[in-house]
Amino acid sequence: MAGQTIAEKILSRHAGKAVKAGDVAVCKIDFCLGQDGTSGLIIDAFEKIGKPAVFDKKKFCMIIDHSSPAPNQGTATVHKKMRAFAAKYGVKIYDVGEGICHQLSMEEGHVGPGDLVIGADSHTCTYGALNALSTGVGSTDLAIGLATGENWFKVPETIKIIVKGKLPKGVYSKDIILHIAKDMGADGCTYKSIEFTGPVIDALSVDARFTISNMAVELGAKCGIMNADEKTFKWLKRKCKAVFADKDAKYIDIREYDVSRLEPQVAKPHSVDTAVNAEVLKDTRIGQGFIGTCTNGRLEDMEVAAKILKGKKIDSRVKLIIGPASKRIYMGMLKKGLIEIFINAGAVVLNPGCGPCVGTHQGILADNEVCISTANRNFKGRMGNPSGFIYLSSPATVAASALAGKITDPRKYL
Amino acid sequence: MIVRGKAVRLKQSDGINTDYIISGRYKFAISDPKELAKHVFEDIDPDFARNLKPGDILVAGKNFGMGSSREQAPVSLKAAGIKAIVAQSFARIFYRNSFNIGLALVECDTKDLTAGDELEIDFEKAVLSNKTKSKNIKITKLPQMLLDFLKYDGAVAYLKTKGK
Repeated sequence: MAGQTIAEKILSRHAGKAVKAGDVAVCKIDFCLGQDGTSGLIIDAFEKIGKPAVFDKKKFCMIIDHSSPAPNQGTATVHKKMRAFAAKYGVKIYDVGEGICHQLSMEEGHVGPGDLVIGADSHTCTYGALNALSTGVGSTDLAIGLATGENWFKVPETIKIIVKGKLPKGVYSKDIILHIAKDMGADGCTYKSIEFTGPVIDALSVDARFTISNMAVELGAKCGIMNADEKTFKWLKRKCKAVFADKDAKYIDIREYDVSRLEPQVAKPHSVDTAVNAEVLKDTRIGQGFIGTCTNGRLEDMEVAAKILKGKKIDSRVKLIIGPASKRIYMGMLKKGLIEIFINAGAVVLNPGCGPCVGTHQGILADNEVCISTANRNFKGRMGNPSGFIYLSSPATVAASALAGKITDPRKYL
Repeated sequence: MIVRGKAVRLKQSDGINTDYIISGRYKFAISDPKELAKHVFEDIDPDFARNLKPGDILVAGKNFGMGSSREQAPVSLKAAGIKAIVAQSFARIFYRNSFNIGLALVECDTKDLTAGDELEIDFEKAVLSNKTKSKNIKITKLPQMLLDFLKYDGAVAYLKTKGK
């Protein structure tokens, strides 16, 4: 039999037979989750299926993160429905203030190398950085998984992306993935698995790797998987068996990116695959900056931003919003004095959650307002107003831009 | 299975994401599909929802449904009366979600389909007939399971019938 990619291996193990790209297989699921934007429909579908219990209480959780705390009556009703479901079926719920689903799934030890995970949120692909095959699904798919412990999967073809060279100072994993997205396009990897590999990926911290896997879906991919190494095991605080691709695995495309000369990148409205060097946009005035989300709301991101903002004041015309991805990160920021730095610089620090990224609350844009954000999406209307403009960048670029009042290459502040 | 209807098109053809289909500011606050249906494509084509007729077939370009996993996207399109969506290509989560809730998707070349064309889709034969232009277009054949999802109006009803 021909060699297998990581996706083929993980799906084969969960199907109980060898499968290859193009096959459709029914696979057992190791973990699944829903958030407050999708759980209402999960609950409806699960109850329609009519099973008396979930397949495994320990293999599912719900998270209230997208609109947290509830900004309106409709959302409050969904939150209440989720709490009632969790109590009735004895499943875990992470309530208001705990953090973003993807950060919690990983921090709380629900997922690890070799796992097959589905989540009713498109950025479930984030755990690919932990060597899991994790992918976003809709509410009905999730409910089927929750009721039966399995679902059908089309085994994806794999694109291998090798990142090599040496990442320059002031350039981060966000800049790498924005650059790749620009090159491959928002549908460049539709239905494919991506294997991110190479010396630059190996050299990144685990937090920085999450940023890249998180955005695999922005290229249309089903998942964005990385190898597990000592850093992964240290991050997880446990040793696990990693899954590697075979040497003779079949790839439908192999791309190489040398990032040695990469500059800080900024994606322009209203699409993620539009990155240019930050310098090109240096005359773009901003009204808002946002550092947070499942892409870049981690402690390391906060440290990078705080280093730039320490002892300085943001431009008086800018609102800077900081949203830690979890309570643990929030506490880490407190301990390290970062929250004080942010507040002294004139920023607003939110409770852990998705914050303004999905446009429901905590930072909706005004007409024609420009925001530079560390999120993964800049679709028209994404931050609650179709007349707003969203640029995407690394936390460093957002912090530097907030100081200058316009889009700014962060390297002059480092 | 055969679906007939009149083609409708949006001003934008490629890269219609799920935020454009139904904005986050509605999907979190509203749970009634009929209410959501009033707001489909509001941010990119504000009059579109008002002009839709039940049974219309939406025609689009590349990567339809990219972005978030919100099942409210196909749910609100179905509630708006859209019978099927014909596009050059679809994003994967939207693709699964649509069949799971019993909304038919068709992948084929859509360049020559214009708003107002009378279309007939034969899923078994994998052909889309443009009655207005007397032209047949080959469509990607669906696996039997997805055809069954459509027949039972969604994956849940299908699974219940099969006793799984």
